[in-house]
Amino acid sequence: MSQATVPRAAGARRAAARVANPAGRMGYVFVAGYFVLLLAFGVVPTAYALWLSISNSRGQLVGLGQFTRTFADYRFLPAFGHVLMYLVIWLVTLMVLVVLLAIMLHGRMPRTSSALRFVYYLPGALAGVASVLLWLILLDPAASPVGWLLEAFGWDTLAKVIAPDHLPVLFTVIAFWTGAGGWIVIMYGALNNIPHEVIEAARIDGANVLQIALRVQIPMLRKWIAYMLILAFATGTQLFVEPQLVSTASWGMIPDGWSVAQVSYLYAFQAGDFHGAAALAVDLVVVGLACAAVVVFRTGLFEKD
Amino acid sequence: MTAKSIGARLAWLITAGLFLFFFVLPVIWLLLAPTKSDAEIIRNNPFAFGSLDGVVTAWRNLYAFQDGVIVTWLRNSAVYTGLALLITIATSIPAGYGLALTQFVGRKTLLTVTLLTMIMPNAALVLPLYLEMDALGLDGTIWSVVLPFSFFPFGVYLTYIYFSSTIPQDLLAAARLDGCSEWQVFRSIALPLARPIVALVGFFGFVGNWNNFFLPFVMLPDSAQYPAQVGLNNLLTSSAVFNTSSGVDNAIMRPELALATLVTVVPVLLVFLFSQRALVSGMLAGATK
Repeated sequence: MSQATVPRAAGARRAAARVANPAGRMGYVFVAGYFVLLLAFGVVPTAYALWLSISNSRGQLVGLGQFTRTFADYRFLPAFGHVLMYLVIWLVTLMVLVVLLAIMLHGRMPRTSSALRFVYYLPGALAGVASVLLWLILLDPAASPVGWLLEAFGWDTLAKVIAPDHLPVLFTVIAFWTGAGGWIVIMYGALNNIPHEVIEAARIDGANVLQIALRVQIPMLRKWIAYMLILAFATGTQLFVEPQLVSTASWGMIPDGWSVAQVSYLYAFQAGDFHGAAALAVDLVVVGLACAAVVVFRTGLFEKD
Repeated sequence: MTAKSIGARLAWLITAGLFLFFFVLPVIWLLLAPTKSDAEIIRNNPFAFGSLDGVVTAWRNLYAFQDGVIVTWLRNSAVYTGLALLITIATSIPAGYGLALTQFVGRKTLLTVTLLTMIMPNAALVLPLYLEMDALGLDGTIWSVVLPFSFFPFGVYLTYIYFSSTIPQDLLAAARLDGCSEWQVFRSIALPLARPIVALVGFFGFVGNWNNFFLPFVMLPDSAQYPAQVGLNNLLTSSAVFNTSSGVDNAIMRPELALATLVTVVPVLLVFLFSQRALVSGMLAGATK
C-alpha cells in the first residue's frame, strides 16, 4: 500500500533531518517549479472561478446572485437528481461488490488470485471515452453478445436500453467495469496488512469464513472503505463523459444537460455565460474539496507528518 | 470434504467466474470485432474470429476518415502526455524531495494543499481552468492542455513518501559534513535513488493524462488538435451506428469504432502489462482516481 505503509519511524527521522539541516532556504528552490504549477493550475483557476461566480459581466459584485440564478435553471434540479440517483446506486454497488471480491480473492491460491486481480483490473486501461463507446456497442441489442439477455428484459433497440430511467444503472455498470478492479487491488492490499495472527486467533476460536469477514476483516477495512466511498462520491458528482456520449448517441432522447457538469459546460459554451458557468463549477469544486478535506483531516490515511 | 465446504467452494467458483466473464468478455469482444465486417458482427457468433483481411479493411476505412486524422490524434496524445510527463517529473521529484528532507516556512501548508488537490477530482477544475485560459488567451493552444496535465500533486505526494522513507538521515548528514552543498546532496544522493519513483510517477501521470477526455475536449476546438480520446468522441458522433439521421459520408461502423478504441488504448494496455506485478500487489493505491 503506497499510502498506508509509511514507516512510522520516518517521521521522527525526518524531524531530526530538518533540524540538522542548516541551508533551509534550498527547500524553496526544490519546490519552486511545482509551486508555480500549483498556483497557476490549482489555486488561481479556483480563485478566478470564485470571483466570476460572485460578479457579473460588468465586474460588479452580485453576492450569491449567480448561484440562485443557476439553481433556478430548469435543468439544475433534474441534473442534480440524476447525479444523486447515480451516486446512490454506484456507491452501494461499489461497496458491496468490491469488499466481497477482495475478501474472496484474499488468502487463496496465490497464482489464481493474482491472475484474477489483474484481469479484473485490466478494463481500467479503457477508462473514459473508450469504455463508454465499447459499452454503447455492447448494449445495442442488434450487435450485442448478450442481446438475448437484453431482449429478455424487453429491450429490443438501443433506444430502449439507454432510456433515461436506465442511465444511472448503465453508468454504474460502466464505472464498475473500468474502476472496480483498481479498488479490489487496494482492498486486497489493505487485507494483507491485517496481521495473520488476528485471523488465526479468530479461526481457533471457531469463527467461520463469514464470521471472520464480518467481525474481523470488514471492521479493519473501515478506513479504506470510507476512503473509497468518499473518492467515488467526489468523482461521481463530476460525471461528464458518460452522459455526454450517451446523449449524442441517443437521438435527442437524453438531454445534453443531464449532469451538473454538463449544465455548467452548456453555460460556458452554448450561452457564453461564464459567470453562470463559474457558479456551477464552484458548486462542484466545493463538493470535491469538502470530500478531499474529510479524507485528509478525518480518515488519517495520509501522512502529513 | 464435507458437503458444506463443497458448497462454499462452488459458490466461490461461480461468483469469481461470473465476474471474470463480466470483466474479460468485453475486452475479448473488442479484440475480435475489428476482424469482422459490421454485418458479420451483427449476424455471426459474437466471439467468432473473422479474418485478418477484416482488420485491414477496418483500418483502411478508419484511415480514410478525415484523411488519416486518427494518426494525428494519436500523435497529439503522445506529444501532450510526453511533454506533460517531462514537466511533471522535472517539478515533482525535486518538490517531493524538498518537502521530505528540507525545512522551510510554509512546508506544512504546501503539503496539506497538495493532499487536498490530489484527492479532489480532476474534473472539478476543468471549467475553472478553461475560464482562466480563456482570460489569458491561451485556450485553443496545446499549452492549455499540456500545462494543466503537468500539474500532478499525486506525483509530489508519492515522491515525498518515497524520499521520507528511503533516504537514511545519516547519509545526508555525512554528505553535508563532507562539504556537499544542498544541491550536491540532492544530485548525488537523492537522484540516483529516484529511479523507482520516477517510474511510478510516470505510470500514473501517463495513464491519467492519456485517458483524460474532459480537459482537452473543453480546451481544443480543432479536430487536428484533438488527442485520441476526444478523437474517439468525434468518431462516435460521426458514425452511422449512432447517428442515422444526418447524411453520413464515411465508413465508420462497429469494426472501425472497435479498432479505433483498440489503437487508442494500446499504449495504456502495454504500460499495464509491463507493470502487472506491481499493479496487483496493491502497491499502486492511487490508480483509481
